[in-house]
Amino acid sequence: MSSSAPAHHMQTNDLVSAIRAKALWIRRRSFQMVYEAQQGHPGGDFSAADILATLYFGVLRFDPTRPNDPARDRFVMSKGHCTGAFYSVLAAAGYFPEAELSTYMLPLSRLNGHPNRNYLPGVETNTGPLGHGLPVATGIAIAGQIDGADFRTFVLTGDGELQEGSNWEAALTAAHRKLENLTLIIDRNRLQQGARTEETASLDPLDDKWRAFGWHVEIVDGHDHARLLDILSVSPKGRGKPLCVIANTFKGKGVSFMHDNVAWHHGVPNKEQYEQAMAELV
Amino acid sequence: MSAAVPTPSGYFDCRDSFANVIETLAEADPRIVTVVSDSVGSSKLTGFRKKFPERMVNVGIAEQVLVAVGAGLANGGKVPFVSAASCFLTGRALEQVKADVAYSNVNVKLIGQSSGVAYGELGPTHHSIEDMAWLRPLSNLTVIVPSDPWETAEAVRFAARHEGPVFIRVSRMPVPALERKNPVFTVGKAEVLREGGDIAIIANGVMVHRALAAAAALAGEGIEARVVNMSSINPLDEEAILAAAKTGAVVTAEEHSVRGGLGGAVAEVLATHRPVPMSILGFPGFVPTGSAEWLLEHFGLTPAGIAEAARRTLARKAQ
Repeated sequence: MSSSAPAHHMQTNDLVSAIRAKALWIRRRSFQMVYEAQQGHPGGDFSAADILATLYFGVLRFDPTRPNDPARDRFVMSKGHCTGAFYSVLAAAGYFPEAELSTYMLPLSRLNGHPNRNYLPGVETNTGPLGHGLPVATGIAIAGQIDGADFRTFVLTGDGELQEGSNWEAALTAAHRKLENLTLIIDRNRLQQGARTEETASLDPLDDKWRAFGWHVEIVDGHDHARLLDILSVSPKGRGKPLCVIANTFKGKGVSFMHDNVAWHHGVPNKEQYEQAMAELV
Repeated sequence: MSAAVPTPSGYFDCRDSFANVIETLAEADPRIVTVVSDSVGSSKLTGFRKKFPERMVNVGIAEQVLVAVGAGLANGGKVPFVSAASCFLTGRALEQVKADVAYSNVNVKLIGQSSGVAYGELGPTHHSIEDMAWLRPLSNLTVIVPSDPWETAEAVRFAARHEGPVFIRVSRMPVPALERKNPVFTVGKAEVLREGGDIAIIANGVMVHRALAAAAALAGEGIEARVVNMSSINPLDEEAILAAAKTGAVVTAEEHSVRGGLGGAVAEVLATHRPVPMSILGFPGFVPTGSAEWLLEHFGLTPAGIAEAARRTLARKAQ
């Protein structure tokens, strides 16, 4: 990690506390967005919240006032349906005013159900259809490799999304080119829209698959901010391989009745559920 | 003018124009890179690879990541020319073209090689006669179907200087260099190659020189046909289409399905603003086995076939 990285500006314990607070805020704010819009994907918002908070407040180097800075670290949100969490973290990171989150999915809002880079600073590529983020992130990393540039490229995919073959095309390309500047984080919540991944088109042994494709693999509790920070902050220089972080998570993490419950993939809360969830998210 | 090399018959392979221009442009602009899917030779990019080995990204036989990597390279400040057989570049990777390139509105140049029925005997899996119908509705994407080596070279130069996504359809079917009194290439502006007040023939790509030959034949019968080269599909020169319709009859000719391509684009404009008798020449759907030249002949995409369609359409105008 370079000397400009935020991890060096704060004691690690303080940093982890700050990240934990941001993750809680992301869960609360994104759930409010889903409640008000009566649309969204709150289960995936919650499984990704800790990963996003760690990236934006502990790992990524960026300046929200210069979203197109060529030297910025890139983050690609491949699970583009989880815009509750993604827009919340972008607002918290300073890309646009937090008040704008209340326009989520309203007519003519910049906050579409899936992100659009032409409306919103901080979005690197338009996602929504699954299996698009890793291939585009691979191209970004190749540009950095050609230039010998210092920036890193991170991409967050769902796990069900790995059933899309385009990911495995990119897996081949990234390993062939030894893209050590590329980090894939898999939000391994084991639930896709309709059922468990392993009951639908099984992915396990997922770590062996990525190793066999030529990637360096780390397995981590995707809700453990300190461990995520450790793994994602390590300088990739000299690794000689792209990094795949399998982040074991729970869909709906943080709210008892949503925890590991497929109904909350795109379930929306009624008033009682909303109030109960907010009472638990403290 | 590119240094395209004519065949002994005086015909050119437009892929040579693409390759020559991209090599020249890449010398001056270090941002230019090429992205291929094991399509180096078929894109005529062996020279580029020799000159700029570190600026060619070959992803292997994987069109989805081919197009997506192009989008990523653009994000990283490159000007990527993504070159592959048009049938696979558009059909296999259509969602990447839509979401990663057109909807994301990034600076990627897509080069659809050996388009139309150029792969003749290889059959409909390898033909690209649906690509215009797939690409035409995509916002932000400039779509160009050049007619000859000069126009191909101009289209590639335009793509390099234009900030935004571009698709160029490059045929491998030999075509002659068209004679132009005042050659100016402007995207979104159709080119009137021959004046005439009886009927208009609107064509693009490899059909343009055939349309000119048809017009010459019709002139011998006292029929004056205007010939319009509509190389730019997006944006579309609606003014030129309406001006052509003032002749009272229109024939379109394209190396594409009759559904959703140039003919469809012209019909949308005419049906909305100025309905006139019209014929759409192209392929009816999947075609049988045959060489590219045989297929064009079989489906009437020849000077004689275009002239015959013009006579039929003129007869409807008189009714």
